[in-house]
Amino acid sequence: MSVLTEASIDTISKPANDHLHGDLLEISMGPHHPSTHGVFRMNIVLDGERVVKLKPVFGYLHRNHEKIAENETYLGSMPYTDRLDYICSITNNWAYALAVEQLAGISVPERAEYLRVITGELTRLQNHAGLIGFLLQDMGASGTPLMYAFREREKVLDLFEALTGARMMCNYMRFGGCRCDLPDGWMEQARKVVDGFPRFLDEFERLLRTNEILMARTQGVGIVTRQQAIAAGISGPMARASGVNYDLRKVDKYSIYDRFSFRVPLGEHGDVYDRYMMRLLEMRESIEILKQAMRDLPAGPIVDPNTKLRNFRPKAGEAYGRIEAPKGELGFYLISEGGPNPYRYRVRPPSLINLTLLEEMCLGQNVSDIVIILGSVDIVLGEVDR
Amino acid sequence: MNLEEIKSQIEANVPGCSLEILPNGSPSGQHSLLVDKEHALTVASFLRDGASPRFDYCSNVTGVDWPLKEISTKQKTKKLVDGVEKDVEEVIKTTTGNYLEVVYHLFSLEDRQGPLVLRMRTEDRAERVHLPSLTPVWRSADFQEREVYDLFGVLFDGHPDLRRLLMWDSFTDFPMRKDYVDPDDYEYEPTAHDEVLKRTQAHYAAQGEPSEAEGAR
Repeated sequence: MSVLTEASIDTISKPANDHLHGDLLEISMGPHHPSTHGVFRMNIVLDGERVVKLKPVFGYLHRNHEKIAENETYLGSMPYTDRLDYICSITNNWAYALAVEQLAGISVPERAEYLRVITGELTRLQNHAGLIGFLLQDMGASGTPLMYAFREREKVLDLFEALTGARMMCNYMRFGGCRCDLPDGWMEQARKVVDGFPRFLDEFERLLRTNEILMARTQGVGIVTRQQAIAAGISGPMARASGVNYDLRKVDKYSIYDRFSFRVPLGEHGDVYDRYMMRLLEMRESIEILKQAMRDLPAGPIVDPNTKLRNFRPKAGEAYGRIEAPKGELGFYLISEGGPNPYRYRVRPPSLINLTLLEEMCLGQNVSDIVIILGSVDIVLGEVDR
Repeated sequence: MNLEEIKSQIEANVPGCSLEILPNGSPSGQHSLLVDKEHALTVASFLRDGASPRFDYCSNVTGVDWPLKEISTKQKTKKLVDGVEKDVEEVIKTTTGNYLEVVYHLFSLEDRQGPLVLRMRTEDRAERVHLPSLTPVWRSADFQEREVYDLFGVLFDGHPDLRRLLMWDSFTDFPMRKDYVDPDDYEYEPTAHDEVLKRTQAHYAAQGEPSEAEGAR
């Protein structure tokens, strides 16, 4: 953190009792602060330890993903979507594949849909496991919770590696299906991981759920009301922690999510604690979906035989496809002019839009709370800056 | 959700606005509604508060660049050539585009419907690029309209904080436009080197070529 003296301090009215209050302090937090989980900067004005102003600064990881994709073939940008939210590459692939399938009217075979659900929910498991580990680390529970969470996350990444050849940059989906079928023994391994996951969650909750420090730090901190969340377009677990009952797996029923029985956990207070608990509860529901999908997985082709990926040119038109990614609503908006590459390619990044209320959440809080509020939003800068 | 119905709802409640349904040729069937910019803000607040279903969730905001494009179509007409009637092919040239477009994808949380695709167009791509900001209606447009300004150069009137989002403040161009050419060196800054080099060359010219032993001084 470095001290900056800029004109913006003068725009904030000083407290009346001037001899009791010190000067306002403007600090620039980031872009390399460990709590920002990437390269993200906030210009913060502090009165003592209290935040009176906060402006996020974006763009440190901007490489104009959209422009690059517009100069690339449709399939050519599939591996590049891995790099958006690099924690959850499979759900990025899925959202892009879904948008192209809507644009070109491609159907997906049964087995591929099941594989998508299985890998997608595994992605949600490892994202949420990673997040709660990071969040507790940010809160000062150094080491142990993060290591416990990463131990479980690693098991899921091993599954991805066995299936796709890569732990994080999976590049797994294709238009009309998936890239490769399950290798021998994968299902047994996956069952072991999924069946062992609730034990980890129980242990993790027993460790910290009723911890006094955790509750003191998180309850009533960084509140987002239901109305605020809807107006600001907050999506995903963060919106549901504020009581917005909107899960695209239930609303759009995309893919085959209408076949599984699962519940949508909802929070009441919209504070950091609710957002933390939301991740734990969502992991339990993901495990339910995984068990059902693994039980019902049919045999058959994994790619639509009528879709030719070589020289792929959808008819002129446009489509907006969206899925419930672990971080929120991930959408792709595509316009085709009939050519081999999209005329317009747009990513609707949930991480960026969930930051809309960052200033409102942090105002009046202590400077140390910024770290956990940001941690509870769950951002990945690859997606925020694109 | 029927787009025709929503159009007539808006027309009944926002007098004087001109709306147009733009068909979408893709199997997705997401047709869009083109709104004139004078009434866009009123239409938006009607869609959020008064319409049925209420579109309270603005999910996606983005821009599209449509540069001036010439389309030539061939048409056969009969003409008298040297006293004989013949079929002559004529090329008719029409132009489209030359505007920037902003697209909003709206959803209804209560009725779980959508997307309603709302579009606005600027008058051209150079000077008259002002559009009303819909951030006062949907807060979620805040960062996204800033991004459209940053990458496409649409100026949103009434936006509370219209600054560049991803590019740095001193950047002057709009990278997502189709005719954008990126600079050879993003971080070029004039240095004193050129001036020093010029002075050295003048010095050599006055003295004649420097010998090996002397070197450049």
